[in-house]
Amino acid sequence: MLIKKPADIRTSEITSQDNYLNRRAFIRAGSIAGASMLAGPAFSAMVPDKRRAKLAGVSSSDFSTDEAANSYEDITTYNNYYEFGTAKDDPYHNATDFESRPWSVTVDGHADKTGTFHFEDFIKPFDLEERIYRMRCVEAWSMVIPWVGISLADVVKHYQPTSQAKYVAFETLHDPVRMSGQRRRVLDWPYREGLTIAEATNPLAILAVGVYGETLPNQNGAPIRLVVPWKYGFKGIKGIVRISFVDKKPRTSWNMATPREYGFYANVNPEVDHPRWSQARERRIGAGLFTPKQATLMYNGYGEQVAHLYDGLDLHKNF
Amino acid sequence: MNTLEKVRFVGKPIVFLLCLVPAALVVTDAFGLTGQLSANPIEDIQDRFGIWAIRFIMITLAVTPLRRLTGWNWLVRFRRMFGLFTFFYALLHFLTWLILDQGLLVSAILEDLTERPFITIGFAALLLLIAMAVTSTNGMRRRMGRSWDRLHYSAYAVGVLGVWHYWWQVKKDTSDAWIYAIILALLLGYRLWWKRRH
Repeated sequence: MLIKKPADIRTSEITSQDNYLNRRAFIRAGSIAGASMLAGPAFSAMVPDKRRAKLAGVSSSDFSTDEAANSYEDITTYNNYYEFGTAKDDPYHNATDFESRPWSVTVDGHADKTGTFHFEDFIKPFDLEERIYRMRCVEAWSMVIPWVGISLADVVKHYQPTSQAKYVAFETLHDPVRMSGQRRRVLDWPYREGLTIAEATNPLAILAVGVYGETLPNQNGAPIRLVVPWKYGFKGIKGIVRISFVDKKPRTSWNMATPREYGFYANVNPEVDHPRWSQARERRIGAGLFTPKQATLMYNGYGEQVAHLYDGLDLHKNF
Repeated sequence: MNTLEKVRFVGKPIVFLLCLVPAALVVTDAFGLTGQLSANPIEDIQDRFGIWAIRFIMITLAVTPLRRLTGWNWLVRFRRMFGLFTFFYALLHFLTWLILDQGLLVSAILEDLTERPFITIGFAALLLLIAMAVTSTNGMRRRMGRSWDRLHYSAYAVGVLGVWHYWWQVKKDTSDAWIYAIILALLLGYRLWWKRRH
């Protein structure tokens, strides 16, 4: 099948990774200087200063948006990652000491190749790409995030799923000792997510291992997480330890918790409201106090690449 | 100074300034002086004003039980101030929603008010608070007589609607909402118990 690429992006407009890094260094320097003038160490403690290792050999992608990316600070201090607490700043505070290495990923189910692999070996066969994607949370806010990741389609092909494999199921690490948020049963741990095989092999889907050209911070799902930009953020399962090729629709965490509010597909859709709030508009994080919300786009603006996956599907029922 | 004078000239000014601290901190945090707002500052501001409105209705409803338990009758002199601060924070919470969150977009505001039940009940609580605030003067109390008491019993309804409004908008983790629900149940339960005994 011919997958169309977005026509509206000029490669020349995509800000280079170096520029991002420089800009961030500049902002960081400025805010630290400002903070020490104004309020001393209490303020600078809020600036994420745990620098991550730079990833080498990252190529750019035509799928990247040319919208301005959110700051490193926005991306790493405002997270939903209930494994480290339910407040937005909990993951930033509680995941600081989490050790994401050594890490292994198990691939099982209906596939010719299965097994348990060291994280480093797991990602080695694949090319690292920067994908600057919009991220739309089900809570009606959004960001633009420069991920670094590997194509999920390449990963799926690599493990050679059999014809019985209809879905790909994912699981997060379950370790209440290391993940303090799992000591309370806010969700039925471990966190679970899933995609159809067609969704998992769509070229937009990636397994992210980095952000802003560096390895993934713990609060963003280190060392490896799913990114499916046409779906609500909660589909982007973090800290993945298991990938299973299955024949039945897998159970997924938010759908298990509140089935009438969160569906299996969870495609971004401005016409299907959450039962308690509107999905028609979204607040772009970092846009400023007096910037109005912006219209939410069908499939988060990725319809050209993914709409065909849902031909004939009643999106009001299959939300 | 007798007790009444202490309340009037020392207690009230100090308590008044303390009640303003949560609002002042939102402003100083916005300018990075005392801390920082979150990456989603509008949500942060709205949540903080909202939670302080709930805390102040709890404080207001705690005056009578505390007075009876301790015998400190002068506590009642602070009750109107606490009630008005409940209104103050609820109004700031509402205005943040109206202006910053919804950007004064009439269609979105009407849709939220009519189609999102948790917003409807929050708005109902605000209307009750407005009614109590405008009738809170000594003159109004005298003029209204018995109906003043009836109107101001809606402070209980504001407590219930406020906690319900808070509970209903939580995505999943209701533990904080539970805490306020339990406090409210104790405050209202004490009144029932008192009424049966006397």
